[in-house]
Amino acid sequence: MPGPASNGHAIPRARTSELLRFATAGSVDDGKSTLIGRLLHDSKAIFDDQLEQVAQTSERRGDGYLNLALLTDGLRAEREQGITIDVAYRYFQTRRRKFIIADTPGHEQYTRNMVTGASTADLSVVLVDARKGVSEQTRRHAYIASLLRIPHLVVCVNKMDLVGYDEAAFDAIVEELTDWTARLDIPDITFIPISALRGDNVVDRSESMAWYGGAPLLYHLEHVVIAPDRNLAEIRFPVQWVIRPIGDEYHDYRAYAGQVAGGVLRPGSEVLVLPSGLRTRIAALESFAEEIDTAFPTMSVTVRLADELDISRGDMLVEPDDPPCAARELDAMICWMSDQPLAPGRRYAIKHTTRTARAIVDELEHRVDVNALGHEPADRLALNEIGRVRLRCSAPLMVDRYRRNRTTGSFILIDEASNDTVGAGMVVGAR
Amino acid sequence: MRHPRGAAKLNPLHYELSHLESLEAESVYIFREVAAELEHPVLLFSGGKDSIVLLRLAEKAFRPARFPFPIMHVDTGHNFPEVIEFRDRLIERLGERLIVASVQDSIDKGRVVEERGPRASRNRLQTTTLLDAIAEHGFDAAFGGARRDEERARAKERMFSFRDDFGQWDPKRQRPELWSLYNGRIRRGEHVRVFPISNWTELDVWQYIVAERLAVPSIYLAHPRRVFQRDGMLYAHSPYVELIEGEVPFEASVRYRTVGDMTCTGAVRSGAATLEQVVSEIASTRITERGETRADDRVTEAAMEDRKREGYF
Repeated sequence: MPGPASNGHAIPRARTSELLRFATAGSVDDGKSTLIGRLLHDSKAIFDDQLEQVAQTSERRGDGYLNLALLTDGLRAEREQGITIDVAYRYFQTRRRKFIIADTPGHEQYTRNMVTGASTADLSVVLVDARKGVSEQTRRHAYIASLLRIPHLVVCVNKMDLVGYDEAAFDAIVEELTDWTARLDIPDITFIPISALRGDNVVDRSESMAWYGGAPLLYHLEHVVIAPDRNLAEIRFPVQWVIRPIGDEYHDYRAYAGQVAGGVLRPGSEVLVLPSGLRTRIAALESFAEEIDTAFPTMSVTVRLADELDISRGDMLVEPDDPPCAARELDAMICWMSDQPLAPGRRYAIKHTTRTARAIVDELEHRVDVNALGHEPADRLALNEIGRVRLRCSAPLMVDRYRRNRTTGSFILIDEASNDTVGAGMVVGAR
Repeated sequence: MRHPRGAAKLNPLHYELSHLESLEAESVYIFREVAAELEHPVLLFSGGKDSIVLLRLAEKAFRPARFPFPIMHVDTGHNFPEVIEFRDRLIERLGERLIVASVQDSIDKGRVVEERGPRASRNRLQTTTLLDAIAEHGFDAAFGGARRDEERARAKERMFSFRDDFGQWDPKRQRPELWSLYNGRIRRGEHVRVFPISNWTELDVWQYIVAERLAVPSIYLAHPRRVFQRDGMLYAHSPYVELIEGEVPFEASVRYRTVGDMTCTGAVRSGAATLEQVVSEIASTRITERGETRADDRVTEAAMEDRKREGYF
């Protein structure tokens, strides 16, 4: 077993290709499907038979052009009605990166879908129609991106061809949205003037907008730095599954399996076990029964400990000097996703990392008015509404504030009668 | 706020995962989540590349212990013999339990009626065999190797995909999946299909097979075979497919890009005799795997969506 001495420094790892997950959002007619179709098409992620299908459908519908939006309309109802129903996932790659797009529709169920897509995203692409300027939905997108703490926001001002590639039209939108987002907490925001239909500044630099000094969208997606966005400072390892093989050779073998949610684990690292509060050391880290010398987000590994302790799913191994709060009372922002409204006094199941408990809504502190960024009093949260609540839990949950760790700061609420996932929560405070 | 010993100085670029490592970590996490939250999972194995990757991911999730679930193969009786041999060798190496659910048994019991004629296939009959086996064994979760890049309907399916008492998928009533918090709660009689490699592409699967040095059935590599041409695809000449007048079998060097049964899976002409050569051909192909080699998706534009609603894989 490698001792602590050999793990005093990190070994640089040669990496060929990273994964970037991004969410796209837009209103019905601002050309989001066309933009994604364009990205897939121009990066050559579209196969000939898919293109052929699109050509045939465009022809039959009488679109009069190769309708790239059809590439992403998955279900029959969507193709017939020309709308997008649900979150869809798309994949493409360039020589630099692999991309997963969470494509969220802009009309009904809009907050619910966008929050879902945004929850796993490193970056969000928001579209604005250059002719119409900043809309209510644009503001909503930016707000949700900041609420879900997507570290990078890209605003594509689309349909620049329809405003004569006018720099002033672009600048006006940049200025208006910059003023508005100054009130939000968005670490990195980039504006790109594009025409998805004509391909300006999507993959290749536009010749019609020489005044724009920045990079085209694809270049930006390939180069944006996402490595520092994770929390590497504080160990957070929610125990997911206990591995106890049968057989004499594994007589005393006991390992804790899970996905690292924060920090860098090494053999020899001290850890605190919550909720028991016992301290121990990491004896070995394993992956597929082989020893490894470091584990960090988002690796799935197994941990063997120096002491025999009673640890099970739902417990968490954490940084002893900086543990999360083992809390029964949570203050949280909630996005509501059910037709049955959230109201004070209601009870739900709460799932946080690998631990599930029950929670009662003690108080609905306010509802968020997304347009004015104000708070308003409310006695319930309806579908697609966002508000701040106080929850009381049946068992302690090991939480961090969401802004510090997106994994240990998030939870879902489940309706125990219907089994539906009804709410998405982000911890802002805990006791 | 205090920082642990020197942690603030860590260079984040030294702690990055490659895209395959990220995908693998996500898939392993999903396997463990299902094992922890559902009572009777089963892993559906077809002998194809995607389910071979599933088995390796299950090893990564649970070794050195045994899998906390059995493996099930829905056997149409029209499989490539190379695939059945491969299956048996692999199961023996893993030391895990295999259940074979047979379409022939479903036909013999009168649960389904065999299609007739030169275009007959048992592809659609598999759904009944699968649902009957799930009910018989009381499985509440079934791992499958479906990927979202395969097809437009699958692009919208969740990692945890719920099926009602009739095994049906309702695309408009899917649960939102947030962060990595999966909700696997079901009622009695319902089950959940779980797709741990939803986010993998065909190329990812092949790159992983090469990186992990996984064995695959020999039909994935170029080999000489008697084939005939139908609907622009090359089919294996076998006792299970009747020839239509004018169809003349000939020998060609082919490989398979997907493994269904012999009645609905087409071959592609290829000289790629090693996995590396296959990966390089896949990376440069201009046609999707389902468009190129699967008759079952060609019936209508919404063929996959319709079969999924009925309870197909």
